[in-house]
Formats: sequence, structure tokens, C-alpha cells
Amino acid sequence: MPSSDDIASLNDVHFGYVASRPVLDGISMRIPRGKVVAIMGGSGCGKTTILRLLAGQMRPDKGNVVFDRQSVPRLSKPELYAMRRRLGFLFQFGALFTDMSVYENVAFPFREHTDLSEELIHDLVLMKLNAVGLRGAAYSRTNELSGGMARRVALARAIALDPLLMLYDEPFTGLDPISLSVVGQLIRRLNDALGISSVLVTHDIYQSLKIVDYVYFVGEGRILAEGTPEAIRSSTDPFVKQFVNGEEDGPVPLHMKALPLATDFLGRAIEERAQ
Amino acid sequence: MNIANWLRALGQTTINALAHLGFIFRFFIAVLLNTPMAVTRARLTLREIYFAGVLSLVIILVSGLFVGMVLALQGYDILSTYGASDSVGVLVAMAMLRELGPVVAALLFAGRAGSAITAEIGLMKATDQLLAMEMMAVDPLARVAAPRFWGGVISMPLLAALFSTAAIFGAYVITVQLIGMDDGAFWGNMQAAVDFRMDVLNSVIKSIVFAVIVTLTAVFEGFDTEPTAEGVSSATTRTVVHASLAILAADFIMTIFMFRGV
Ligand SMILES: Nc1ncnc2c1ncn2[C@@H]1O[C@H](COP(=O)(O)OP(=O)(O)OP(=O)(O)O)[C@@H](O)[C@H]1O
Ligand SMILES: [Mg+2]
Repeated sequence: MPSSDDIASLNDVHFGYVASRPVLDGISMRIPRGKVVAIMGGSGCGKTTILRLLAGQMRPDKGNVVFDRQSVPRLSKPELYAMRRRLGFLFQFGALFTDMSVYENVAFPFREHTDLSEELIHDLVLMKLNAVGLRGAAYSRTNELSGGMARRVALARAIALDPLLMLYDEPFTGLDPISLSVVGQLIRRLNDALGISSVLVTHDIYQSLKIVDYVYFVGEGRILAEGTPEAIRSSTDPFVKQFVNGEEDGPVPLHMKALPLATDFLGRAIEERAQ
Repeated sequence: MNIANWLRALGQTTINALAHLGFIFRFFIAVLLNTPMAVTRARLTLREIYFAGVLSLVIILVSGLFVGMVLALQGYDILSTYGASDSVGVLVAMAMLRELGPVVAALLFAGRAGSAITAEIGLMKATDQLLAMEMMAVDPLARVAAPRFWGGVISMPLLAALFSTAAIFGAYVITVQLIGMDDGAFWGNMQAAVDFRMDVLNSVIKSIVFAVIVTLTAVFEGFDTEPTAEGVSSATTRTVVHASLAILAADFIMTIFMFRGV
């Protein structure tokens, strides 16, 4: 049940990019204050879509999205922009501005949304970079960064204005095991040190079970399973077991829905014979 | 294909083209409404004037010089058979101001600056930078589109003026310095023939219209890019092709209205 302890929640959300193919088909989830919540599921199951709905980039067809006691789909554009100042979004590959230095990237939110003096911005930028361990890279160009570093700089930029909620879209993809662990621990530490809440979309079950408080498994547009990391590890649910153990076939089929083999391969032959 | 299908395809294409134009027009209005930031934070626009305008200077000046020199050589050749070689300066000045200056400068601008604007914005879109900006509560129309639009609209007419100037200088070098025509006649005839309203003002009007066409196309195609590598490259090509065709069409129409009955 939604409660005021939740920084954000989705209540029976239905959504499709095109009307004929719903992506989300009745999703409910809660993001309690101060917690790190993971959303997991196969590729294309709608994880990024959930983050976009939370950030108000799109409106649900049915159901409600709540952030900080506000109904996101009902916000006007100025209200939405005001809301997003309390929201940090980390994109999969960082999405750093390529025409700016690392320093300018992190300074961007301050320059856009505050009237702080140049000295104050300087100190704040270095503090934020320090929080992700990259103060030394402040004056690098963005194209000199490795993938893991770029993501940490993007993280520094995302937390610049002290958001209430951080949204992470697959922060672990393409990282070596060490950077992966660094980013994972960073997410947890920032969450606790800044007193914020976090939503973490990821495929990396091993890494995320170490750092999150709660997990939602999404598939076929619904929540297939949910629980704390301990509950997930000891779950007997076949879907959860398939995901945790990485088995290739199970409740999640290996093959995408398609026509029967015979129709696909022999369809033309059958048609030709009929003529 | 039978006639009905052909007509249907034609109708569909027309409707799509009109819808596309409507879309561009709405984008244009949105950019205009988002202009205040480009003014209050003039540095953003100045940066775009540098990238679109200053960096196009070399190609504009060099091309202008050569166009003027070639025009002077050909003009001198033809006009001297009629004993009118004194009018080479007039010919070059008129041709540049009325047509070639704005048109060729705009075509060069589309290739040099327009393509760069589209590629830059398209890349920002393909790498989620525009979305990231929106998520940081900054409107890309105000932060990215408007400064680039105004940067281009301010730069282009100045470049067209410089282009014509360089061409006239090129003609001067050829006719007066090389061929040895009297430089009093060169400048005097030009001054007597060129009309401020008819030639200079119309030239400025044309170049402003072309500036809007090129820059709007470039910024729009950037935002409309399909967010992939091929998307960016085809959007860049579209900018150059569409902007060039639109410049030529607009030039034809404006010439009819400006110089009819001259
Ligand atoms: N802009 C869009 N227009 C139309 N369909 C889309 C769009 N974005 C995503 N989809 C579709 O919606 C579904 C969910 O996409 P989404 O990006 O949310 O998946 P995801 O779970 O984040 O996948 P991945 O793990 O691969 O990032 C996919 O089937 C995708 O094809
Ligand atoms: Mg995704």
C-alpha cells in the first residue's frame, strides 16, 4: 500500500508506446524513503520505461505515478521541471555533454538553476567530484574518460542539486568487475550519506543483491516477483530461480513469440502449392 | 502501376510533405518562444556565432574572392566586344548583390555551418545528452536550439555581405590591377548604378531569409535525428540538400517579387 513513507510509487500503471502493444500492464511498486530498490528483468521488459514514467517523460495510459506526494502525470511543464530538480537521473552511458569539460559538466546544474558565485560553484563541483572519487579528473575532457569514470562523473552531476531520489539506468553495463564494484558501492554509500532514495535498473543480479534493500522482477508487463535480497536468494519461485542462476530456458522462454516454425519456414511453399 | 495507385501515392506524398512543413513551423514557433535565454545569456549565442560565423569566414572570403575574379574575367571578355568594358564593376556588383552574394553564401553556409549544427545536435540526441538535459530540468529548446538558431541568423547575413565584398574586391584586382582599367571608372560606374533600396536592401532581405531557412533546417534536422549513427549522418545530408533546395526556391520567388519590371 502506498504510504507517506514512500518517496515515489507506481499504482497499477498501464503503458504502451503504441496502443496495440502494451509494455506495462498493471505495475505497482513503492520506493520507500532512504532505501535502494532494484528493478530487474529481461531486455525489453520495460525497465527503462518505468524510470521514464517516474521522471515524467511520458504519462501512463492508466494508473498513477506519485513522486514526493505529487501526481506526476498531472503536473504542468513548469511543475514537472520543478519536480525534476529533486530528481537525479543517471543514464546508461552517462550522457555527459561532450562539448564541455568534466568540471563544466558537473557545474552545469549549478549554472542553470542557481545564482551562486563562481568560487562557490568551484568548491561545490570539486566536492561532488570528490564524492565519486574523481576530483583529480576535474579538468579532463570527457572523451579522455573510461566508461566507468564517465558514469561516475555523470553521477556527480546527477547529485549536484541534492536530489531526493536517484534513478539509475543500468549503471553496471560494460564495466570491468572492479569498476562495477566501485560504482555499486558508490550508489549505496551516496544513498546513505546523502539520505536519499534510489531506484536501480539492472541485469546484474549478483552485484545488486549485495547493495539493495528490495528487488522487483518485471516481466510481461507485470511484477513477477518481489522481495528483500535474502528472500530472493532463498526463493523457490521458478522465475526468480531462473534469473538468479542465469538458466537460459525456463519460465522466461528463450524464443521470442513468433509464428509456428512450419508457417514461417514453409509458409511460402504452402502458399505456392495452393495456387 | 495503375493511375489510381499513382494518384494515391502522389496524394500521400503531398500530405506527408505538408505535415512535415507544419511540424517544422511549429518547431520554429517553439524556438522563437524559447528565445529569452539566448538573449539574457548572450554568451551562449556568442559561442554559436563563433562556431557558425567566425569559423565560416575563411571559406566565405576565399570563395567570394574567386567568384568575383572569375566573373570579372568573363564579364570583361564579353563586355569588351560591345565596347562596354567600363561596366565590369557594375556587372559584378549587381550580380553579387542581387543574386550570387546571398545565394552562394547561403549554400556555402549550409554546407559548412548547417551540417555542423545538425551533426552536433544529432549526436547530442543519439547519446542521450538532450534527454539528460531535460531530466536536469533544462529545456533543450532554450539551451541548445535557440542559441544556435540566433547564432546562425545573425552570422549568415554578415557572411553574405562579406562574400559580396570579397567578390567586388576580386573583380577590382582583376580589372584594375591586372587588366589595367581606370579605377575611377570602375568605382564610379558602380556607385552610379547600384541603388541602395533596389540592390543593397534587397540583398540584405534575401540573406536574412536564407539565414532563417538554413539555420532552422539545421537545428530542426538535428532535433529530428533518429538517434543512431546512420540517423545522424542522414540528417546531416538532409540538412544540406533540403536547405540548398529551399534557398534556390525562395530565391526564385523573391527575385520575381523584388525585380519584376526592372
Ligand atoms: N521510443 C519507443 N517507441 C516505441 N517502442 C519503444 C520505445 N522505447 C522502448 N520501446 C519498446 O518498449 C519495450 C520496453 O522498452 P524498455 O526500453 O523500457 O526496455 P528495457 O527493459 O529497459 O530493456 P533493456 O534492458 O534492453 O534496456 C521494448 O519492447 C521496446 O521495444
Ligand atoms: Mg533499458
